Amino acid sequence: MTAPLRIGFIPLVDAAALIVAVDKGFAAAEGLEVELVREVSWSNVRDKLNIGLFDAAHLLAPVAIASSLGLGHVKVPIAAPFNLGINGNAITVSPVLHAALMDEIDGDRFDPLATAKALAKVVAKRRKAGTEPLTFGMTFPFSTHNYQLRFWMAAAGVDPDEDLRLVVLPPPYMVDSLRSGHVDAFCVGAPWNSVAVDLGIGHILHFASDILEHAAEKVLAVRKVWGDKHPDVVAALVRAALRGAEFIGNAANLAEAARILAQPDRIGVDAEIIQRSLTGRLKISPDGTFRESSRYLLVGREGAGRPDPAQAAWLYAQMVRWGQAPLTPDGVRTAMAVFRPDLYDAALGRQQSEAAAPFRAFVGPAFNADDIRGHLEAFEVGRWKS
Amino acid sequence: MSAEQSPKIVIVDESPIRAAILEEGLREAGFTQVVHIREMQSLLARIYAVDPDIILIDLENPSRDVLEAMFQVSRAVRRPIAMFVDQSDTASIQASVEAGVSAYIVDGLKKERIKPILDLCVSRFNAFAKLQEELERTKSQLEDRKIIEKAKGILMKMKGLNEDEAYVLLRSTAMREKKKIGEIAQSIITAAEMLK
Repeated sequence: MTAPLRIGFIPLVDAAALIVAVDKGFAAAEGLEVELVREVSWSNVRDKLNIGLFDAAHLLAPVAIASSLGLGHVKVPIAAPFNLGINGNAITVSPVLHAALMDEIDGDRFDPLATAKALAKVVAKRRKAGTEPLTFGMTFPFSTHNYQLRFWMAAAGVDPDEDLRLVVLPPPYMVDSLRSGHVDAFCVGAPWNSVAVDLGIGHILHFASDILEHAAEKVLAVRKVWGDKHPDVVAALVRAALRGAEFIGNAANLAEAARILAQPDRIGVDAEIIQRSLTGRLKISPDGTFRESSRYLLVGREGAGRPDPAQAAWLYAQMVRWGQAPLTPDGVRTAMAVFRPDLYDAALGRQQSEAAAPFRAFVGPAFNADDIRGHLEAFEVGRWKS
Repeated sequence: MSAEQSPKIVIVDESPIRAAILEEGLREAGFTQVVHIREMQSLLARIYAVDPDIILIDLENPSRDVLEAMFQVSRAVRRPIAMFVDQSDTASIQASVEAGVSAYIVDGLKKERIKPILDLCVSRFNAFAKLQEELERTKSQLEDRKIIEKAKGILMKMKGLNEDEAYVLLRSTAMREKKKIGEIAQSIITAAEMLK
């Protein structure tokens, strides 16, 4: 038995593999004593991980990269040996904005290009009428939510920094802010989109998987220095998290997993809503319409646990596109080095590497980590050239 | 220190008591321009209106992430904001995170002016935590005393003891069982209720 580990998490469904690993005793079976600490903000998780108050954390993938690059805060290299979740976010809009979008839409309402074009028309009309610009909520400057929203709307020429307002809101405040009209829409992870739909105050417009088929969302993060010093603990953590993910991936266990996650000191949301998120069958409209996608949130399934450095490069490319990071060869290398498939493979004693899931975005050329500049040139809207 | 020289400090805290303790400390130290924001809705707008040099926020406040965004969206505040701690100063960030306070400093404020403010905040936050601990302890002591009184009453009635004898019995049992006297008293009350 090693020293007890303190691991921070934010109450979101994509912390599931970690929570189940601890609460079902998979971590203990690996000889790990783990104390899970529920946190209220990503800034706290990042700071407590960086200064060593946490040994590991459930972390936004872009925050792990930003921390390693020293963007926005103290520079602390992070290693991510396990992907806790792929996808899982959704864009939810208010009933008023939903009606406006459906008035303007030309094409399939689940086609992100069609909805983005509708958004461009709504934005143009509001400007002409002198109405306040729309406000979209997202969870953090360095977040997949931020990049997914921007990627989506910019495809139809909507400039997220000029044509509307993007504001950061803590996930538990999203629903209230939509209700109060503080925001017109938001992009957030499970379960908050479902909570808004259940309250009758939101429509889920898109699953994030409509925008990018596989997007690295949350990682299990450790300080690189700490990981180098404790390779056995890292390997044990990866195995425990994978067992947690596999437990959740088994349909027979879903109800039990949802019950564990619903505990007040874990996610603290109704088990039924959590189960909906895990199965990918979501109520998307207050009128009771359901939509199903096996890719809504991937925990462990389809090789989701194995970190893919190309995903880190894509996230870095978004930081560059929106002016958060300069484009440098060193930056790409540093970002990619955060995602550690080698540690994942070592933990499982596997030699061969699994083929990573292909990138499929709804718009733009195929992503090539070796040519980020060439990739970004293909997109009209962006901050990186100025 | 004149008002012109004193940096504008915003305290973002939902706890009015802690904010008051912090504000008092800052004023005593000569920082006269202190504004307390309790309302989390439209936090950015309020901060924009005050245009502070320093923002202090309780670490348990989820709106910390909202402030982080100001690093990125410089048009939300007139000047870009930087976290106090620079690359070499992890000791300061550790002290402040452990105390539960986080400070955001608008660029351009000299480091030697910031240090005493942060030190003061850390010590005030620690003092508040201690105060809360004491309050909890007093509360539980008060609770214990009530329980002990009740248990004594039960013992007096059931065993025909006087008050002192009942107390001695409680205390000696607690010592023998290596438990708190409150715990023993509680089990007597529970047992008495079961036997009713």
